Amino acid sequence: MPGRSISVTRQVKQVKQLDRVIIRFAGDSGDGMQLTGDRFTSETASFGNDLSTLPNFPAEIRAPAGTLPGVSSFQLHFADHDILTPGDAPHVLVAMNPAALKANIPDLPKGAEIIVNTDEFGKRALSKVGYDANPLEDGSLQAYNIHPVPLTTLTLEALADSGLARRDAERAKNMFALGLLSWMYHRPTEATEGFLRQKFAKKPEIAEANVTAFKAGWNFGETTEDFAVSYEVAPARLPLGTYRNISGNLALAYGLIAAGERSGLELFLGSYPITPASDVLHELSKHKNFRVRTFQAEDEIAGIGAALGAAFGGKLGVTTTSGPGVALKSETIGLAVSLELPLLVVDIQRGGPSTGLPTKTEQADLLQAMYGRNGEAPVPIVAPATPSDCFDAAIEAARIALAYRTPVFLLSDGYLANGSEPWRIPTVESLPDLRVEFATAPNHVNEDGTESFWPYKRDPETLARPWAVPGTPGLEHRIGGIEKQDGTGNISYDPANHDFMVRTRQAKIDGIEVPDLEVDDPDGAARTLVIGWGSTYGPITAAVRRVRSAGGEVAQAHLRHLNPFPANLGEVLARYDRVLVPEMNLGQLAHLLRAKYLVDAQSFTQVRGLPFKAEQLAAAIEEVSANV
Amino acid sequence: MSEVNGSNGASLNGHSLLSLVPKTEVDRTAKDYKTDQEVRWCPGCGDYAVLAAVQGFMPTLGLAKENVVFVSGIGCSSRFPYYMNTYGMHSIHGRAPAIATGLASSRPDLSVWVVTGDGDALSIGGNHLIHALRRNVNLKILLFNNRIYGLTKGQYSPTSEVGKITKSTPMGSLDQPFNPISLALGAEASFVARTIDSDRKHLTSVLQAAAEHPGSALVEIYQNCNIFNDNAFEPLKDRSTKAEAIIPLEAGERIRFGADGGKGVVRDAETGELRVVEVTPENESDVLVHDPHAASPVTAWALSRIADPDTLHQTPIGVFRDVKRPVYDTLMREQLDLAVDKKGPGDLGSLLTGSDTWTVA
Repeated sequence: MPGRSISVTRQVKQVKQLDRVIIRFAGDSGDGMQLTGDRFTSETASFGNDLSTLPNFPAEIRAPAGTLPGVSSFQLHFADHDILTPGDAPHVLVAMNPAALKANIPDLPKGAEIIVNTDEFGKRALSKVGYDANPLEDGSLQAYNIHPVPLTTLTLEALADSGLARRDAERAKNMFALGLLSWMYHRPTEATEGFLRQKFAKKPEIAEANVTAFKAGWNFGETTEDFAVSYEVAPARLPLGTYRNISGNLALAYGLIAAGERSGLELFLGSYPITPASDVLHELSKHKNFRVRTFQAEDEIAGIGAALGAAFGGKLGVTTTSGPGVALKSETIGLAVSLELPLLVVDIQRGGPSTGLPTKTEQADLLQAMYGRNGEAPVPIVAPATPSDCFDAAIEAARIALAYRTPVFLLSDGYLANGSEPWRIPTVESLPDLRVEFATAPNHVNEDGTESFWPYKRDPETLARPWAVPGTPGLEHRIGGIEKQDGTGNISYDPANHDFMVRTRQAKIDGIEVPDLEVDDPDGAARTLVIGWGSTYGPITAAVRRVRSAGGEVAQAHLRHLNPFPANLGEVLARYDRVLVPEMNLGQLAHLLRAKYLVDAQSFTQVRGLPFKAEQLAAAIEEVSANV
Repeated sequence: MSEVNGSNGASLNGHSLLSLVPKTEVDRTAKDYKTDQEVRWCPGCGDYAVLAAVQGFMPTLGLAKENVVFVSGIGCSSRFPYYMNTYGMHSIHGRAPAIATGLASSRPDLSVWVVTGDGDALSIGGNHLIHALRRNVNLKILLFNNRIYGLTKGQYSPTSEVGKITKSTPMGSLDQPFNPISLALGAEASFVARTIDSDRKHLTSVLQAAAEHPGSALVEIYQNCNIFNDNAFEPLKDRSTKAEAIIPLEAGERIRFGADGGKGVVRDAETGELRVVEVTPENESDVLVHDPHAASPVTAWALSRIADPDTLHQTPIGVFRDVKRPVYDTLMREQLDLAVDKKGPGDLGSLLTGSDTWTVA
């Protein structure tokens, strides 16, 4: 390599201990940054660190190369202790081109390390993103610790004997970068080699090229003087158990399968592809040996329609979608409310309104889930707090749907869906028993002494109606979206009956048993409560820790059930002088709390398509607390 | 509600899927299929005749009554399930085929019927109808076509003739109507038929053929709305005109109609189109023999175009197409069976554990 000298003498390099590191891989949409991040995450998970990830990518499959809108990134936070977020600001940025550097530099703290692929810093690439001069040479990056590495050249050299065309060889540069980072942070590498050989099993020459590039990157770190220090982050001391790394959408899909198994009902998914929910459809489609039926419908409406039809037939009906899909499904959700059949409506929220920000996160569908139907049509809402919690939340949503014969909303979001964290794998026996009993016999004695089946004769405890599935002799009955007479289910336009039925359907949802809200208030001395729901759990908890470690007092609570609210919520809210509600919308939960509990809940909101940063939330908490 | 494992051949050679539906243990009559609900259609509505025909025909299938399900959308005809003493769902506008798809594809032991109208099936629910047909879901779809919106009180429908004067089209409708038979054939339907509410015998025979057909069956039923579109099908019913207006389609028979079968349908040698001729001893052997089992839908589609949409003259009645092709429900079930064969029954514990774990001891 002319004009460049690389030290080949093996040297004793310094190893530093760190308690946590935040790395961001950034490049073009086609550079394989998500794959690189995923692999680094897997290595980190198997090493035993706690971790949290934040993939961030454009909606376009291949935005124009080298442009700012085309930048795709993957952030990973890993530590020797339990952590809650993917981290506010990266300690290390891997920038595969000038666009990746320019798009991400505002997020970096001074002193951060930047590994740049110098091969991509030609004049054209620089001017494409508005750099007049090369930032690597003009001194503008003096505040950072720059590692210029000709990643493309080094990858091509490593693959000189591979026989691959230049174009194919170049594509392995992300694995070179991964190898280098794996060396820097002492990551185990065997699994990645195995992964590459499996992924490219049908193209062994590509597999070997990627493995070679990966090893070359590792060796480059080991030998070059540019990288004098490597780092160790010890495994985290997590609760005892067996762990795996899991993303929110995978956990959610597993939760649905588990709900099917634990209820003894076959799962039927009716769905239409939509970002960021499609992964759940893909995942469930792989598990037909669990007798999971997946139906890719002609549209969102047919997706939920088929799921409701399957529910009528005694299956565990599920539909998965995002906000725009929920809008289309609203009428069928209303029908499910009226039919009183179990149904799971999974909304992986994204930025709205309309098409909005398909690949970015937001939690602005709460009021849509709560109220987005004609008539009085209450639907329970469950929201997971972390990626792995999507598993438990799916089971909880199924529990409510089956026990109360109602559609249930499961509100995840893009951040949970694509983010990942270690998950302590539960035993099957520890999962809730969701078995249901179908109606098998008449439940009503007529005046003449004969027996009949009344489809709307309710369980006095739960107010759930019996679930009599077609094929059960003697229980033939008709249900529908027109108002029905209490008990018999016959069509009824009687004013008093309608009033009764509307109130009864509401009472059924209001009466759903949900656990009391737990409050984290260590000394019981806090006068400010910060309360959130859904994916803000991580950043809020991290912020609360910061405030407390700085000597502040703040109580924290997080809502998993948004409808009905926990029975003790009003009492909890009343205990505090200040209630702060951080949300990735314009204050939807705050609105509900204010309306229902007459509490002066204060909103702290952000709709940037990104999760909150802990530092930002900590400042907000401190500001509110200071005014008590 | 035991799930019956389908024979592997069901999707391939098209044996009637009715064999998967349990048989009744007691003899049923039409009365058994009636509910105690008061039928609330307008006096004189064609729906009564169809209801009576369905209730009368159902017992002949010999199915367990509890394994029969009627699903409907919204509209006059969609009240139908409330009058059938089977399982039933009166759902929302246009969505019955989608709902029934979920039910039928997860319950092979059921005989699932969709009752819909020209507005419900072809306007608001057009998308679901064509996709159910192309998938060949095991559904029997009864499309009551009265060429008008009845329940919303008399607006034109997607089958109304051009220029229809209604409350919403005081100067005449502008829309070209759908031809439901052409539409269904274009949507790859495997069974397509047309019948008339007033001809109970014909209606029953078509229902029978539909019930036994494996996969989707679309039956268009010309049904009179005596309030908003009375006598819409009068040319097909009036004794003085019906012989000339109706072209009866009977499998294996030459397609002839008119007084004494004086007219026939032939294929034009030059254009390949179908046309009606006066039958003579010379051209008698040119008259088409109706073959609903023909692999190609071309002739069935050409037959569907012969009628004049305004006057209804030369309207073919009967089964246009009845071919065997793989049934969606069976294919779906076969994939589940295959997955179990290949991977073994799902084991939740090993699924959750996966392949990449670490242990904190």
